[in-house]
Amino acid sequence: MTPPEGETVDQSKEPVVPVTKKMNAPERLFRWLDKRTGVHDIMHESLDEPIPGGARLAYVFGSGLLYIFISQIITGICLALYYVPSAETAHTSVAYITKQVAAGAFLRSLHYYGSSAMIIVLALHFLQTFLYGSFKGRRELLWISGAVLSLLVLGMGFTGYLLPWDQKAYFATAVGTNIVGQIPLVGNWLTRLLRGGDTIGTLTLSRFYVAHVFLIPAMIFGFIAAHILLFRKAGPAGPIEEDPITPKLPPEGFYPRQVLMDMTFALLIMVGLGFLAYFHPVGLGPIANPANTQFLPRPDWYYLPFFEWLKFFEGPTVVLAVVVVPGILAMLFFLLPFLDRSLERRPWRRPIPVLAVAIVIAGIVFLGVRSKLDDQRDPSVRSQLAVQEQQEKAYSDAPFKPYQESPGGSSLASTSDVPANPLIAQGRSIFAAHGCAGCHGAAGIGGIAPTLVGITTKYPGDQLDNLLQHPDAAMNAGHMPPVDVSAAELKALTAYIGALGTPTAEAPAGAPAESSPTRESAPGTVAKNVAGNSATGATAAGQQLFDQRGCAACHGVGGAGGRAPAMATLLAGQSQAHVLGLIQAPNAKMKAGGMQPVTGSPAELTSLVAYLKTLGAGSRTNPPTASGDGTTASSAAQDATPQVPATTEASLSTAPAAVQTVAAIPNPGHAVFISQGCAACHGPNAGGTHFAPALIRASAKYPGAALPNLLHHPNSKMKAGGMPPVTANPAELAQLVSYITSLPLTPAPAAASAAAVSQPTHGNTSAQNNTNSANSAQVQIPLSPLAIHGGQVFQRYSCETCHGVGGLHGTSAAPGLAGTASMLPAATLNNLLRHHSTQMVNGNMPTTNMNAQDMKAVIAYIRAMPSTQDTP
Amino acid sequence: MPETLQEVDPKKNIIVSRRSFFGTLLCVGSAGMGAILAVPVLRYVLYPLYSKASGTEWSDVGEISEFVAGTQPTLKTITFKQRDGWREVLSTQSVYVSHAAGELIVLSAICPHLGCSVGWHAKQDKFICPCHGGEFKPDGLHILGPPPRAMDRLPTQIKNGKLQVHFEYFRSNVPNQEKIS
Repeated sequence: MTPPEGETVDQSKEPVVPVTKKMNAPERLFRWLDKRTGVHDIMHESLDEPIPGGARLAYVFGSGLLYIFISQIITGICLALYYVPSAETAHTSVAYITKQVAAGAFLRSLHYYGSSAMIIVLALHFLQTFLYGSFKGRRELLWISGAVLSLLVLGMGFTGYLLPWDQKAYFATAVGTNIVGQIPLVGNWLTRLLRGGDTIGTLTLSRFYVAHVFLIPAMIFGFIAAHILLFRKAGPAGPIEEDPITPKLPPEGFYPRQVLMDMTFALLIMVGLGFLAYFHPVGLGPIANPANTQFLPRPDWYYLPFFEWLKFFEGPTVVLAVVVVPGILAMLFFLLPFLDRSLERRPWRRPIPVLAVAIVIAGIVFLGVRSKLDDQRDPSVRSQLAVQEQQEKAYSDAPFKPYQESPGGSSLASTSDVPANPLIAQGRSIFAAHGCAGCHGAAGIGGIAPTLVGITTKYPGDQLDNLLQHPDAAMNAGHMPPVDVSAAELKALTAYIGALGTPTAEAPAGAPAESSPTRESAPGTVAKNVAGNSATGATAAGQQLFDQRGCAACHGVGGAGGRAPAMATLLAGQSQAHVLGLIQAPNAKMKAGGMQPVTGSPAELTSLVAYLKTLGAGSRTNPPTASGDGTTASSAAQDATPQVPATTEASLSTAPAAVQTVAAIPNPGHAVFISQGCAACHGPNAGGTHFAPALIRASAKYPGAALPNLLHHPNSKMKAGGMPPVTANPAELAQLVSYITSLPLTPAPAAASAAAVSQPTHGNTSAQNNTNSANSAQVQIPLSPLAIHGGQVFQRYSCETCHGVGGLHGTSAAPGLAGTASMLPAATLNNLLRHHSTQMVNGNMPTTNMNAQDMKAVIAYIRAMPSTQDTP
Repeated sequence: MPETLQEVDPKKNIIVSRRSFFGTLLCVGSAGMGAILAVPVLRYVLYPLYSKASGTEWSDVGEISEFVAGTQPTLKTITFKQRDGWREVLSTQSVYVSHAAGELIVLSAICPHLGCSVGWHAKQDKFICPCHGGEFKPDGLHILGPPPRAMDRLPTQIKNGKLQVHFEYFRSNVPNQEKIS
């Protein structure tokens, strides 16, 4: 096949047809064109480039990249034909492309996989050039233009990832732009420049779109031109034994063999991408929802090594990870031809550069694999990622829903006002009345139970109706009761659920009209409501709690009975104290039925019991018809509040102090216990909570050195529960162990239960005296203006979803912050909020991405909480 | 490489034929690669031309009782949901409710000539298009001017005592009514 030397000379003659010969039509046309354009010379120049040593398969990567890039341009232009870059429309238009437009899913997948192919072929091109030493011999600029192109391609990947505006796009970009913010001095400014402001929004999308579609492609065009120009100037370097400056091996023209190889390679890539795109089209997740606290962002695979790399750095060393090391690597990458300057091309004769590159590549591969393994290893991460994958698949499979807009009307009106659709409004009342929010969070954003936003895409049509009436195994396991409503009500409920999180539905947790009556007891809401009800303040507050905690989900609206027995039959003849004990520490039968211990301040609990007793007495205060109950009831409670000014917390706290004499004994170990944050999970007095067991028998079970040993090296069960190794110094550890040992071995039965210890039993009388101001407990703390602002920030960031109302007492999803976090110094809190502890990470605490002022305010708010339950 | 014209010789002919063989191969290869992209790209770009509009929605025009008494055509504004690409919008359109042979009919106000909005001129008792002067009788029949056909009648139905219309668009400037969506 190797043509004889000199053939290249002949090749150039072919198109020029001798004038004497009779020409056919195409030849005449070609001649006509050639005379005017010089097309023959151009083709000759581009196709007959001599390659020293002849054509080789190893040289196909460069033109392979060019072909993929052309494919990216074509598919990219296609996508731009229907895509509209704004936060409101981006997701819908991508969904339209994927689900509706003919071949849309295919072209989008081709574009998506093309970007990955680009990175892979780029890496191969780099390796070939590097190993062959093809960058040597006056090719420094050629190399540098290639290095710039590599960065531009990575930039395309980063900017393109946001454009679909789905969950993973949003959160990956949040993380990505925050990483930029780690750069000293200019980081913050750069992040704002990238985002077009402080937060990720429609301006960010515009910026990324412009970068992805105009700026970076324009630069790529320019640098490709420079790259090819410089390549033609220097000429192909040939095989490794060739002299890179003055080639000696017999040359072979670029055309035909090298062209053929290049084309074959490109064709193979395209066919491969085509198959992938056709048989495995990329999905689209639900629309970006910044309120989702569960979402685990993961970048595209080629950014995973960097993502993993950042896990090793904390605090000030982040600069090292974000700026110094990547900076050095980029510098070495760019300056390679200046560092590896000898004309020696054989890799085995230049061990240092080859070894260095091998180490870097091994490191990158290691980090990438490790990142995948990390995700696999952690069960909570694994399950969350699986859930996300499932959500993405569900959304991708669901039929397309067009973006709805009224003529001339701004969609802002529909997000802030009560929804115009009466069906949705009715559904919302049903959602509230049945205590769905107790588990699924306000506006269904998720709490103990999963978020309902976008659930209708997973279960379209009647499927959701069916599930609501007949929960599946997973729902049963999570204690989801069947929804017992009429068919019409069910329709309203599913309409509301379907509208959650969509642009046309009300903003989740943001619409004050909706969430305040049931979720907050802020003083502002008091004045608006008029008490028109016979219920006493205490029972009203109790009823509010009843609704808020989702009791109605099982015990029925107004405690009329449902999945769990009716209150009236349950409570007949029971003493108030007994009921109080039972709801905090459910007996075996209750537990078997799925009853969770009720947590809350003593005042709250007492008011709840007071309300339950009214049910037991058969004097139900409110007909269980609409959600109005909650509102009127709470207003009654709020009315009562001002009459009992600011006494509750103080007087309540004195009562438990008497009971908790054990804990009151000054014990240096207890201080260690608190400062190490043990109390967050094991309870303020090591009595255990939902998260971690009581420690009262720990010293008996693990005598001698076993206990300190366990504290230092938690066993697998402890690790699974999120227990981190204790990092205290030996002296502190000894104190801690002595404290744990000092715990009474035979506690009172009530104290053994989780809730009872965190909310110690108290005298009935003192509690009853305070029932009137029951649900105002968290308002009682005298707060500085900063702390008040912090309280608002706390609510705005949905901290209450997990940490409970006001963040004081926690829920089963996260501990209360009073007495635990509130005792930490401001600096520690700040650090914890910026860099979560293992416990917080394991508890799925989302990143607190707030600005410095908000952070300061929140810390002030947390620190203003009572230090413990027993020391006012 | 010198650029000199050479006489055709047998050896060169062989080379040329091998080169053209490669050329053909390349053409086929490029065509194959092009097809991988071209077919979906064409389908994708032409999609809106062939996608079917889902227009089965009826819009209320008004109570029947409003129209029985009147002999003059009445202008009514109707709203209907319309798919506009990936959006669903509420469109408003004007229609005339009139009578033809004792029957209630609804006419589209879009002139069948080139799509201007036709106005009702009560004094002259006819519809006149402001653009090119097309004139129509109260029942929509063409009197004079460039329009090639009568005003377009829209499908109607009566439900719960209300007149409902199904708004449609028709191709302009053709002698026969051709529905386009």
